[in-house]
Amino acid sequence: MSEAGNFRRDGMNFGEDHFALFGLPRAFRIDLLLLESRYREIQAQVHPDRFVDAEEADRRRSLQWAAQANEALQTLKQPRLRASYLLQLNGQEIDAERNTAMPADFLLEQMEWREGVQEAREAGNHHELEAFHHRLREHLDKACDTLGVLLDDQRDWPTAADQVRRLMFLEKLLSEIDDALITLEK
Amino acid sequence: MALLQIAEPGQSTPPHQHRLAVGIDLGTTNSLVATVKSGMAVVLSDEFGRPLLPSVVRYDEGGVAAVGYDARARQAEDPKNTIVSVKRFMGRSREDIAHVETLPYRFIDAPGMVRLSTASGIKSPVEISAEILRILRLRAEAALGGPLVGAVITVPAYFDDAQRQATRDAARVAGIEVLRLLNEPTAAALAYGLEHAAEGVYGVYDLGGGTFDISILRLSRGIFEVLATGGDSALGGDDFDQRIFCWILERAQLSPLSSEDARLLLVQAREAKEYLTQHGEARIVARLSTGETVDLRLSMPEMNEITQTLVAKTLQPVKKALRDAGLGIRDIKGVVMVGGATRMPQIQHAVGEFFGQEPLNNLDPDKVVALGAATQANLLAGNRSADSDWLLLDVIPLSLGIETMGGLVERLIPRNSTLPVARAQDFTTFKDGQTAMAIHVVQGERELVGDCRSLGHFELRGIPPMVAGAARIRVTFQVDADGLLSVSAREETSGVSARISVKPSYGLSDDEIAGMLQDSLEHAKDDAFRRALKETQVEAQRLIEAVHSALMGDGELLNPVERARIEAAIARLQAAALGDNRRPLLLAMDELEAESKDFAARRMDKSIRAAFAGKNIDEIVPTGEGAK
Ligand SMILES: Nc1ncnc2c1ncn2[C@@H]1O[C@H](COP(=O)(O)OP(=O)(O)OP(=O)(O)O)[C@@H](O)[C@H]1O
Ligand SMILES: [Mg+2]
Repeated sequence: MSEAGNFRRDGMNFGEDHFALFGLPRAFRIDLLLLESRYREIQAQVHPDRFVDAEEADRRRSLQWAAQANEALQTLKQPRLRASYLLQLNGQEIDAERNTAMPADFLLEQMEWREGVQEAREAGNHHELEAFHHRLREHLDKACDTLGVLLDDQRDWPTAADQVRRLMFLEKLLSEIDDALITLEK
Repeated sequence: MALLQIAEPGQSTPPHQHRLAVGIDLGTTNSLVATVKSGMAVVLSDEFGRPLLPSVVRYDEGGVAAVGYDARARQAEDPKNTIVSVKRFMGRSREDIAHVETLPYRFIDAPGMVRLSTASGIKSPVEISAEILRILRLRAEAALGGPLVGAVITVPAYFDDAQRQATRDAARVAGIEVLRLLNEPTAAALAYGLEHAAEGVYGVYDLGGGTFDISILRLSRGIFEVLATGGDSALGGDDFDQRIFCWILERAQLSPLSSEDARLLLVQAREAKEYLTQHGEARIVARLSTGETVDLRLSMPEMNEITQTLVAKTLQPVKKALRDAGLGIRDIKGVVMVGGATRMPQIQHAVGEFFGQEPLNNLDPDKVVALGAATQANLLAGNRSADSDWLLLDVIPLSLGIETMGGLVERLIPRNSTLPVARAQDFTTFKDGQTAMAIHVVQGERELVGDCRSLGHFELRGIPPMVAGAARIRVTFQVDADGLLSVSAREETSGVSARISVKPSYGLSDDEIAGMLQDSLEHAKDDAFRRALKETQVEAQRLIEAVHSALMGDGELLNPVERARIEAAIARLQAAALGDNRRPLLLAMDELEAESKDFAARRMDKSIRAAFAGKNIDEIVPTGEGAK
């Protein structure tokens, strides 16, 4: 068990935001390895297994904190969730459900992708679907780079929110491709 | 108390002597109990030196007639009253049970979980499992020379909430304090990882008598992190027996069987299966009560043919788990084989081929789960030494969701989320003056409510009447480290905690469990219930005092409304502490905890700021709302 003093590290700020919890700067480009290792340090101290014979109230608090650390990790680990969270902290709504208006060129591109995927699926073309998967992955990586510029360098929240909505489209498509691949494997 | 002791997590356990704790593998076919003695995990054997306890319970008019080997030996004599593989019925309704028509038992379809009618009355699978657990507890207490602090009990990783709850209830009925429900493959990974100082990503393939699990774990510097898990809680060696049994029926052209003869042939089928592991061919000879005789030879190729779909069935969850973990076959450093059924050569072969490497068989597949559980029990009981410290991070195997319009499922907690996990969801009223609403919680991966398992209907009452859509009811779903769900609710605009009543779709009510406890004489004596109530009352008192003194010391951190809410919650808790019912008391404690949560966080920040006084101000300035 670590010494009591560890609880007071700046990396353990349960009353504040996810970045503060892990002692990370509030930014899109973060050190993922550091994130993971801070997470492990925190769980090593607050996980319910550390409080099995503590009093009920302490046990419950440990549960809440461990759950919060898990939630924080999930949010910061995944680029889109991290971006959404940053925007939320900066008061920028994503509002994906209402704000579905996307620029025409993006929608056109999406339609082309979708048609291609559907053809490959109907033809049972595993190889083609794999190729789509890889191209889309690259696309997503680039979109994330752009997001980094918008969020960390330009601090342009409305455009970043647009970019997050695009990312949601791309991720949805990627999961459809993956589902199709799985169906073909069976 | 919680509000004050946050800076001292290590001190919640005072120094003490070695505390007696065990790990229990409550298996479909065999159960075991193990403990850590002088730093070594060992299985505790019975007085004849046998480590396993067959998971078989036989009833007669007088009650429990036998548990274990004796019960198993006589199963073909009285199959209706000799319950084997009861684990398959835990938290299951009649329609959930595979091949239910071929089983000899007299099932009674109670809501949620089946009951079995036996010579000694109607028994729930929970009670039957408790008989097995009780024998193991007595064995451990005799061997260790004292009452146990508690036990870690293993469950298949793929067990859902209903099955876990049933296991926990069984332990309670058997008079065992559960330190933790631990997933079987995780227990095995712990035993393997510690023994071989393994680092890297490993798979655990666990095919037992009745269940199949696959877990993918990352082992690194004392942390055992489950990345994904999958499986089938109704697939195991029993199903291979069933296939052989069907093969016998087909080959021998038998007339309809009595349940005695059916059980006899099932036992023969199992023996043939085990024999084939070492030999190329097995002979099956039996004489039935009708005078018919069976004399057949089952060859290995035939065996492979009749069971190949079962073998393939285990590989689907393996693929899914790898995908969920975001990993490929090449990322897996080793595959640890667990469970008696992994001895079958066709399983060894299929796993080796799939992963492109020889599976790891260097631990006893029967014992490894119990040994891992014992090691974890030792740690949790507080027998931690400087060189033995690790952390297990496990996941929830199946998604949790709620029913929305049109019988669709809205997923709240996705499968393979690391535990513990909490998710809040806001609801509102759709009628003016509405004061109650119902929430239906389900578990599973399907889109339609009807295709998922119903966990319970939660009814919210006491919502203050408002115009439609004005109330904001925040419902929090929390899954603890045992993988068990709890739900709480609160109306945010008024701060009123909506009362929540849980109607579990499965399992036993508290009253039923109380009844079972009463039935067991041992428990009438030690009166576990009253003790638990007393302890909770003491805790409630402590909580009240802690909040009081926090209010005195740091009251300025609150505005008058917040303060009034906390004071009201204290008053409610005080009232509940006077009653003799533990449940409302726990709920009132929850409420006070919830009300004072922000206060505690602010006090923590204040103390952190004090500790950082003089440091870079950026590190400690509050930065806004935490949760999303
Ligand atoms: N030599 C063998 N060859 C083939 N199968 C075997 C052999 N030995 C044991 N088994 C099978 O292994 C199964 C029991 O395994 P095990 O004891 O690991 O299960 P369990 O832990 O009781 O079940 P579960 O983990 O599913 O709850 C039985 O189906 C048994 O027939
Ligand atoms: Mg097992």
